[in-house]
Amino acid sequence: MYRYDEFDHEFVKARVAEFADQVERRLAGEITEDQFKPLRLMNGVYLQLHAYMLRVAIPYGTLNSRQLRMLAHIARKYDKGYGHFTTRQNIQYNWPALADVPAILADLASVEMHSIQTSGNCIRNVTADHFSGAAADEVADPRPYAEILRQWSSVHPEFSYLPRKFKIAVTGAERDRAAIKTHDIGLHLKRNEAGELGFAVYVGGGQGRTPMVAKKIRDFLPEADLLSYATAILRVYNLHGRRDNKFKARIKILVHETGAEELTRQVEAEWKSLRDGELKLPEADVRAIAAYFAPPLLPARPEGDEQVKLARLDSRSFSEWLDRNVTTHKNPDYAAVTISLKGIGETPGDASAEQMEAVADIAEKYGFDELRVSHEQNLVLPHVARADLKVVHDALAEIGLATANSGLITDIIACPGLDYCALANARSIPVAQEISQRFASLERQRDIGELKLKISGCINACGHHHVGHIGILGVEKKGTELYQVTLGGSADENTTIGEIVGRGFGPEEITDAIETVVETYLRVRRDSSERFIDTYRRLGAAPFKEALYGSEAKAA
Amino acid sequence: MKVLTANRLVDGEAVWFSAAHRWSETIEGSEIAADKAAEEHLEAIARAATDNNEVVDAALIDVQVVDGGIRPLRLREQIRAAGPTNRVDHGKQARPPVSQAA
Repeated sequence: MYRYDEFDHEFVKARVAEFADQVERRLAGEITEDQFKPLRLMNGVYLQLHAYMLRVAIPYGTLNSRQLRMLAHIARKYDKGYGHFTTRQNIQYNWPALADVPAILADLASVEMHSIQTSGNCIRNVTADHFSGAAADEVADPRPYAEILRQWSSVHPEFSYLPRKFKIAVTGAERDRAAIKTHDIGLHLKRNEAGELGFAVYVGGGQGRTPMVAKKIRDFLPEADLLSYATAILRVYNLHGRRDNKFKARIKILVHETGAEELTRQVEAEWKSLRDGELKLPEADVRAIAAYFAPPLLPARPEGDEQVKLARLDSRSFSEWLDRNVTTHKNPDYAAVTISLKGIGETPGDASAEQMEAVADIAEKYGFDELRVSHEQNLVLPHVARADLKVVHDALAEIGLATANSGLITDIIACPGLDYCALANARSIPVAQEISQRFASLERQRDIGELKLKISGCINACGHHHVGHIGILGVEKKGTELYQVTLGGSADENTTIGEIVGRGFGPEEITDAIETVVETYLRVRRDSSERFIDTYRRLGAAPFKEALYGSEAKAA
Repeated sequence: MKVLTANRLVDGEAVWFSAAHRWSETIEGSEIAADKAAEEHLEAIARAATDNNEVVDAALIDVQVVDGGIRPLRLREQIRAAGPTNRVDHGKQARPPVSQAA
């Protein structure tokens, strides 16, 4: 993985010292909250309902065991013994004291981590496919490009005060596991007919109160032009993005109001003046950064097939876990393992310090010291020998992290919601917990098959409800929580925005409503090979509306 | 009826302004404003505490008195006063009751 060079070390160290000074001056009363707030946000410090929250960047979700142990250490020393992994492949701590933040940042810097640009109107943590470097179906590892974007966008003077936050995601496979079309810029790394690497470029995707699917503005951008083209997009946005209205300030609104064709014309015109300048990526530099992401040397372990076959016969729980949480690796002796942070009835994305440390040990021992955080709030061991899968499974089971539900209905994305977040209107986590408990039976979950359920506690949509096969949006109505259900969203290569199915449900009704939707799907699907999303696309909302609202739906 | 709440600057802890005229970590014993004049008094306290950097995000919130206890009207403020509902081992709810602690 990427290692800091001298410049990176100095840069992060200087930033820690700068923020330590700002915190000190704030606590001494030398600067006001109005002056301090933008500074703390630039360093990932929010104020939530119960305490401050610190969001730590995990670039493109890649970690090593030393870093994960440090995250565990911080959880134990400065927080309440746990951390919350987020949909931006980051981690959040819910209870740090402001006075401790400089010490936390110094600890993070010691393992090449920081919290820079995890908030504010700047380019945020660049995300990537969590199976990067391991997936059998990828053309190339997208992370070197995410790293190049990270270096370019870190305290970029021109793009530190954008109209609004800006999110970029990169995938290296046809199958989009990075939800690139829900991003301000989505990059699909691919090869052209000549075999050269480049990107399909999508712009203007986003969720929030105005969900939009990104538009493709270029089918093939040569690799060397990544930064000049990204600069051209950001310049057009920086110039024309709406600063008069926070709710209309994201680039998706600019794309929508300008039209993709005209916006493309503007970007291309800007790019013309940039493409042959200093932003052209030197081939040697790209290869040098790519070398950091070279997969570990994977020794041949052909005994894995036989061992997995035998272990499968011996252990039902292993067999179930194998079916759901193990993904094909480009090396046939290896596999990528998804560690579910969605234990039945647990808070989605939370991991205790002890769990983090145990996972770090497993990664070190069996996973070539590599870990990923997925945007679906799980952890991933990208390179595990198939011969070691059983022992890894058993080690995960010991710490309660072998739940075999990856991609199933209990693998829920949920934002922190009103239990923590100052912006939320309704709770998300308890809804996720209750649904998880209702569908606790793995047999039932497996019968239902792939189903992406996503929950947000307000219209900002941090829980990605717009792109859930089933989405739940919590709102406040007359002082109580109300949950709207959307159906038919998806965040893959066929990204769609879900449609609101009808009137909302109270906190006591929402789990029943979800069960009704699921039972309806089971009744009307062609067979068990037709996934929920496929059934919805075939039949539309009608059978679900009928089941949820009966005669009420007919009248409407 | 309203009480004054905020987050303490140094650690972000949710606090309420008590009848004993200090910032308390629990809502019990808060100074209750029952009329406009009392609200204005609390607002002045909020401004002063903000200006001298004791607290941030100070605000008056609506409450009612239920069985002798102060209960915020909005769920958001109920959760602030108690702690996250998914982790009852965290927040104010995880602390020993005031009567035992005293």
